[in-house]
Amino acid sequence: MLRALLLILSVVAIAHAELCKPDAQNAFKVRISIKTALGDNAYAWDANEEYLFKAMVAFAMRRYSSKSTTQISNVLLCNVTDRVSFWFVVTDSSKNVTTVPGSEVEAAIRMNRNRINSAFLLSDKTLQFLKITSTLSPPVEPSTPVWLIVFGVVLCLIVAGIVFLIVSGIQKHKKKNKESTERENLEEKVEVTLENGIPCEALDLKAGHINGVFAADDERFTSL
Amino acid sequence: LSAAPEIPKEDGRPKWDNKFQYILSCIGFAVGLGNVWRFPYLCQIHGGGAFLIPYFIALLFEGIPLLHLELALGQCLRKGSIGAWNTISPYLGGVGVGSWMVSILVSLYYNTVLTWVMWYFINSFQEPLPWSVCPLNENRTGFNEECYESTAVNYFWYRKTLNITPDIAESGTLQWWLILCLATCWAIVYLCTIRGIETTGKAIYVTAIFPYLVLTIFLIQGLTLPGATEGLIYLFTPNLNTLKNPRVWLDAATQIFFSLSLAFGGLIAFASYNPTKNDCEKDAVTVAIVNSMTSLYASIPVFSVLGFKATTAYWDCLDRNIINIINEFDLPEESIMRQNYTSWISFLNSSYPEKIAGLKLKSCDLQEFLDQSASGTGLAFIVFTQAIILMPGSQAWAILFFIMLFSLGLSSMFGNIEGVFTPLLELQIIPQSAPKELLSGIICLISFLVALCFTLGSGSYWIDIFDRYAASVPLLVIAFFEVIGVMYIYKIKRFSKDVEWMTGRKLNHFWQITWKFISPLLLLIVFMAFVTLQMQKPPSYTAWNPKYEGFPMKEEKIYPPWVQAICVLLAALPCVCVPLVALFHLVKQKLRSKDPSSLPPEVFSCQGSNS
Repeated sequence: MLRALLLILSVVAIAHAELCKPDAQNAFKVRISIKTALGDNAYAWDANEEYLFKAMVAFAMRRYSSKSTTQISNVLLCNVTDRVSFWFVVTDSSKNVTTVPGSEVEAAIRMNRNRINSAFLLSDKTLQFLKITSTLSPPVEPSTPVWLIVFGVVLCLIVAGIVFLIVSGIQKHKKKNKESTERENLEEKVEVTLENGIPCEALDLKAGHINGVFAADDERFTSL
Repeated sequence: LSAAPEIPKEDGRPKWDNKFQYILSCIGFAVGLGNVWRFPYLCQIHGGGAFLIPYFIALLFEGIPLLHLELALGQCLRKGSIGAWNTISPYLGGVGVGSWMVSILVSLYYNTVLTWVMWYFINSFQEPLPWSVCPLNENRTGFNEECYESTAVNYFWYRKTLNITPDIAESGTLQWWLILCLATCWAIVYLCTIRGIETTGKAIYVTAIFPYLVLTIFLIQGLTLPGATEGLIYLFTPNLNTLKNPRVWLDAATQIFFSLSLAFGGLIAFASYNPTKNDCEKDAVTVAIVNSMTSLYASIPVFSVLGFKATTAYWDCLDRNIINIINEFDLPEESIMRQNYTSWISFLNSSYPEKIAGLKLKSCDLQEFLDQSASGTGLAFIVFTQAIILMPGSQAWAILFFIMLFSLGLSSMFGNIEGVFTPLLELQIIPQSAPKELLSGIICLISFLVALCFTLGSGSYWIDIFDRYAASVPLLVIAFFEVIGVMYIYKIKRFSKDVEWMTGRKLNHFWQITWKFISPLLLLIVFMAFVTLQMQKPPSYTAWNPKYEGFPMKEEKIYPPWVQAICVLLAALPCVCVPLVALFHLVKQKLRSKDPSSLPPEVFSCQGSNS
């Protein structure tokens, strides 16, 4: 009895070893960079994390094919290195000793990539499935390009400035024109009679002009 | 006899609000984009600190004397370039016309460079910066091919901004976003120059002082970045061997000459609004020294940032190699760090040489990254924008950087436009009663319409042509004739008396010697060397061609014959004005000398106009 059990176990082990090895059919290599992603908060990769990984893959397979036949034991991990990297393969429990086709596994992982990443607190870059490409997210584009808005603001300010300057210039021009026409009108009305270059009104108002030639020292002048 | 006090003749000429405005305008005109993106590059490729030796020699013997000459001329004659040269001698009127033409040509393309700066500025408000990520291709399976093969920064510049054609003969279409920005730039120029120095005098307070603030901020930020010290050491380490190369001396002389914006007529226009009794000698020395100090001051943040960029690229290179090795050998993470990279590599090379060779690792050399220098638009729009993405808070830095470039360029544009505006105002193209706003509006509108051709797909190739041919050789020729004209036709004795009257002290012998002999000789040598270098090989340009097999390297092409003809035209047209106008007046004089009633032309003197 014991011998039979041992035999079955060894067969299973050998079969598993056959199924999961680097570059096996339908096997995928996974590369994890925990320290790059988490820095000081990095956790160590141990058997528990491996168990979680198997669980996530099984979860992904279940969600994808909507049949609850995939068990954690169906996911085989091998060749775990210090990097951390390893190969995994998903066996089909219904058919003996075969693996689920790679395309199915790929599609399942792709569908649930987000969930798998967040389970490990990693991203597409730090939890790499080497043959499975991730879909690129389109860049966020606002409805109106931002630059057009800024451009509109700048242009409005400048046009306002130009209009203000032109209008103030026209107003100043008009005021100057009005002033000069007023002055012209004023000068036209007054007819100035000149005597020796001195307007007559000045002569009438003041009591004469002091003649500088005769103004020597501080002589007192008799007023006229 | 009444001794009436001497009333200065009011000639209705606009004047500066105060001396500071005038100095600031001259400094703003001289300090431009070249101080930020040409001087640091020249320093770098010509042996770092050693370049300062030919630079300061050229400043002393070429820059300051020519600047003093122009400022003294404008201040004494109180006219723009065309009027001033006509006054000195009608035979020299061509010098003024030549300056005026160069100012027009330079205004056209300079504002288009500002258009690019404005485009980058308004795009800096986006998160993430549009030049940091590549757009996806049509079926969203990967990135756009052109972008992927070069870099996102290159793609944004060549495709999204310029939409450049692979050849200068292919004009492409007008880029509507550039037209909008061009219209805005010309509107800004119109707003600031609408009433001549009345408005530019106010605007210059902002546009001339703001760049210094931003440079200081960048200096502080730049010095805190990792790798800044490497960049600075690389920049300033003197390599005295380069001084044996005559090219270095030529570059120093041309850099000083073009940096001070001589021979544009703008400085003459600025000085003409001064009161005549003003110390132009001190002004010239001040402006020249501030310009050179600004160049030096600007090169520090520029090289801190470039050092940071080179260091980051070097670390990226190392990191990529490390990841490749770790993945290949399945070593634990962080087993190989940058510090022990070289020891690991040598160990692995000895134990597994085929595996290492199979990885095709790139050799990472910090010197190589530091050597990747650029000047001009390449520095601002490709190298610097790349560095800005790497800084934290990149939008703020981008906005600051592009506003600074815009202010630098705008204050230079004021000088260019003034060089166009003042002579036209004096020639009375429009009737006296019409407002000045109309003339400046006409100038800006016509310039905008002509500059539309720079917004075509091939526009940037044309701007390179204008920069290389219209703004180089003609300036040297005009400056040469300026010095010769004042020294030998107006006569040095008269001019030194004029300067003495203006400054109030005797003209130093230094000025006499440099004006009479050293500066014209230097200009002649620089001109010959320049032309010889241009003639050595057929004029070529580098084109951005995605279909080129060496892409992303640029393809070297030769200008087609019709383009070469335009280059020659651009260089020759302003120069040819000088002999043409002289000839014209000679013919007129010959015809007039047959008429006995003609009067000899008045002898002009500085003091005569104001006593």
